[in-house]
Amino acid sequence: MFSLGLTGLLVRRNLIFVLMSLEVMLNAAGMAFVVAGARWHQADGQVMFLFILAVAAAEVAVGLALVLEIYHRFRSLDVDELSEMRG
Amino acid sequence: MELTFYIAGAVAVLSTVLMLTRLRIVHTLLYLIVSLLGVAVVFYLLGAAFVAALEIIIYAGAIMVLFIFVMMMLNLGGAAAEMEKRWLSPGIWAGPVVLACILIMEVLYLVRGNSAGLGAGGVEPRQVGIALFGPYLIGVELASMLLLAGLVGAYHLGHRKVEKPETQHDADTDEGRAAAGGDLVLAGADRPTRTP
Repeated sequence: MFSLGLTGLLVRRNLIFVLMSLEVMLNAAGMAFVVAGARWHQADGQVMFLFILAVAAAEVAVGLALVLEIYHRFRSLDVDELSEMRG
Repeated sequence: MELTFYIAGAVAVLSTVLMLTRLRIVHTLLYLIVSLLGVAVVFYLLGAAFVAALEIIIYAGAIMVLFIFVMMMLNLGGAAAEMEKRWLSPGIWAGPVVLACILIMEVLYLVRGNSAGLGAGGVEPRQVGIALFGPYLIGVELASMLLLAGLVGAYHLGHRKVEKPETQHDADTDEGRAAAGGDLVLAGADRPTRTP
């Protein structure tokens, strides 16, 4: 039960470094799954964690490719400058 | 045994907080790695050793390598060497090293004492495998499709530059100039006219 509070703490990080925070959030969600699976002795939690791992890997690959493209195009990684991007 | 769990959780949370408050991206990466290691120790304590190993291999291994790779690609330049010298000052890596040392001592303590982890009835990898390829087979296929889509998408985004060679006007090519007899106005006049 106390572990659920811990995962809640991990989930509620804010999004400053967007991609890395995304990693942390996915990690926290997977951790919640594993904790629940260990609590009720089910294998489903770890299965879901494996899926989350796959999703995180794919997301990070595409996200980092997008970051490179954006950096080459705008010479900046500031989100405020990029907010003028339309269409 | 409970104490080790609390310590690992505290290390994970603390390194995550420190990660979010750093300014430089390298410090963030260091703390993020320590956070992932702490989460892996928590998994191990919960009796999910398989998932803990996967966490370290995939997250702290593969995904962190991707981040570091992109960071290096973005940090090219003359000032990079000086920056690196500044980054290597002890005040920067002392924090992650201390947190990682706490985790290492914890793991050593766990391995020496013949303790099977906090969750006595932890889920074995065998059960996970059976569940994965039994009722969750479609999920596995979907995950493979997703990874393939991610691979293709990343490749496409990374290679957009060389994909479209620009079409040249005839006046800029030697053949066009030769055909027009050196008259640049006539160059390309024999092309079919395009209606917009």
